[in-house]
Amino acid sequence: MTWSQLGPLLWQGTVETVYMTLWASVVSYLLGLPLGVLLVITRKNHIMPHPTFNAVLGVAVNFLRSIPFIIMLAILFPVTRAVMGTAIGTTSVIFPLVISAFPYIARMVESSLEDVDHGVIEAAVSMGSTNAQIVFKVLLPEAVPSLLNGAAISITTILSYTALASAAGGGGLGALAIVKGLNIRNFEVMYTASLLLVALVQIITVSGTRMMRGLDHKRR
Amino acid sequence: MELMEAPGMGQGTAEPRAQAPQIEIRNLRKVYPAAMGEVVALDDLSLTIEKGDIYGIIGMSGAGKSTLIRCLNRLDTPSDGQVFIDGRNILAMNHDELRQTRRRMAMIFQQFNLLMQKTVARNVRYPMEIAGIPKKKANERVTELLRLVGLEEKANAYPSQLSGGQRQRVAIARALASDPEMLLCDEATSALDPMTTQSILELLLNINHTLGITVVLITHEMAVIRQICNKVAILDGGKLAEKGTVDEVFRHTKSAAGKRLFGILPDQEDARPTEPALRIVFDGASVERPIISRMVKECGVEVNILSADMRQLNHKAYGQMLLALPEDDEDRKRMTDYLKALNLTVEEVYPE
Repeated sequence: MTWSQLGPLLWQGTVETVYMTLWASVVSYLLGLPLGVLLVITRKNHIMPHPTFNAVLGVAVNFLRSIPFIIMLAILFPVTRAVMGTAIGTTSVIFPLVISAFPYIARMVESSLEDVDHGVIEAAVSMGSTNAQIVFKVLLPEAVPSLLNGAAISITTILSYTALASAAGGGGLGALAIVKGLNIRNFEVMYTASLLLVALVQIITVSGTRMMRGLDHKRR
Repeated sequence: MELMEAPGMGQGTAEPRAQAPQIEIRNLRKVYPAAMGEVVALDDLSLTIEKGDIYGIIGMSGAGKSTLIRCLNRLDTPSDGQVFIDGRNILAMNHDELRQTRRRMAMIFQQFNLLMQKTVARNVRYPMEIAGIPKKKANERVTELLRLVGLEEKANAYPSQLSGGQRQRVAIARALASDPEMLLCDEATSALDPMTTQSILELLLNINHTLGITVVLITHEMAVIRQICNKVAILDGGKLAEKGTVDEVFRHTKSAAGKRLFGILPDQEDARPTEPALRIVFDGASVERPIISRMVKECGVEVNILSADMRQLNHKAYGQMLLALPEDDEDRKRMTDYLKALNLTVEEVYPE
């Protein structure tokens, strides 16, 4: 395979990978962020104590998290077809990606939020804040640097999941490396596609860390 | 007196009832579940705090003082008893009423508890933000408050760039932002060095005088009580050991807990003083002069200082000193007379 043939393939793979990763991340955060907030504020000593709800939610999140992505892909096949119209293809893969990723993100968010000093929350309570004000004006803003760091890790994880999308006919660099590289012993394609994945992960991680440092006013 | 009247509809404007004290604690009890049965943090505690008081609550660590102040704005829920704020039981309030009441009783903390990701100005603006005060008006008030605490130039700094004392000043400005009638101070100076403690205490005193805000402060340092409080309650093992005006309690300490805090009794029972002592109380009235060294010269006695806990505020001495009691009756009388002539409170104390 020449560079003129490989070039467009790599470009297409990169676009598909970014496309899957981006959408899966956005939708996963829409679900995982509120879930993470709930996991924290319904704890016993927090602003909306509800231990039973918290325990049930915790078990559900752990259950979803413990299923490997490739198995999830298979289990969700009929559901994906019902939700996305088809179970095959780059866009369809976003659905199982989200189902696998949002419980993970909920835990990441939870861990970021539990690092917020309880004294600060208590101060906000003592000033007569409503629970919504505490979540949106104290808890989340105080956790922004840590949430960004968590986002970089979560997005990287989702990116690595996309590599397995080829199992459901999804595209992207991972599929390229497996289908047009490994499977037909074309190591040139395998390595180049893999290197591009590495580059993408680096870009996400470095920009995540940069943003975290730039926005953190606590450690200065 | 009718105490359970219908909740007032107005927020901060509701007329405080003439007879009702600002804060009244009745038979307060707080029990924490523990591995071995339960821990009683507060036991049948009653206190009355009047408008304009600077009420100090002091005790050794574990005496329950932190639990007590946290029960005043319901950060902790008492197991039994009542807390009345301007005659209204805070424990019977619903969430909305509780929030409105909390806005009238601001709190500052040992660890300052500032929003670390927000500037000083945003921190001070927070209470006004949550109360829905228009931004322009709020910003003007922020400038005013920062001027009051002497931090105008730090408006755009972040708390991490400030010293401990400056952080507590920001916390005080933030506490004042909701125009509170009461200020609760939970060990507000305990994380600060002595110099900074002085400046924060002077600020609190100033706030009390100029704004008429009732201050409730808890501390384990007698010097803090001595300097700015007019009333004091001494807690011991969750119980009220003693209460009254600071002058009264300081001059005529009755309880064992009080005596321990004043240094008349040792902290630990097995470390009792082996000798009788003369206790001299400096209440700020005496002028600045070397009292002890003059006494030594004029009375011709030798003096052995057993302990001294002294603070200077506005060039006045506060605190107390324990001197070994001279064996000779004449010497003893000369010393006592000399000190009493200076209007100092002097008493002989003996080991138990």
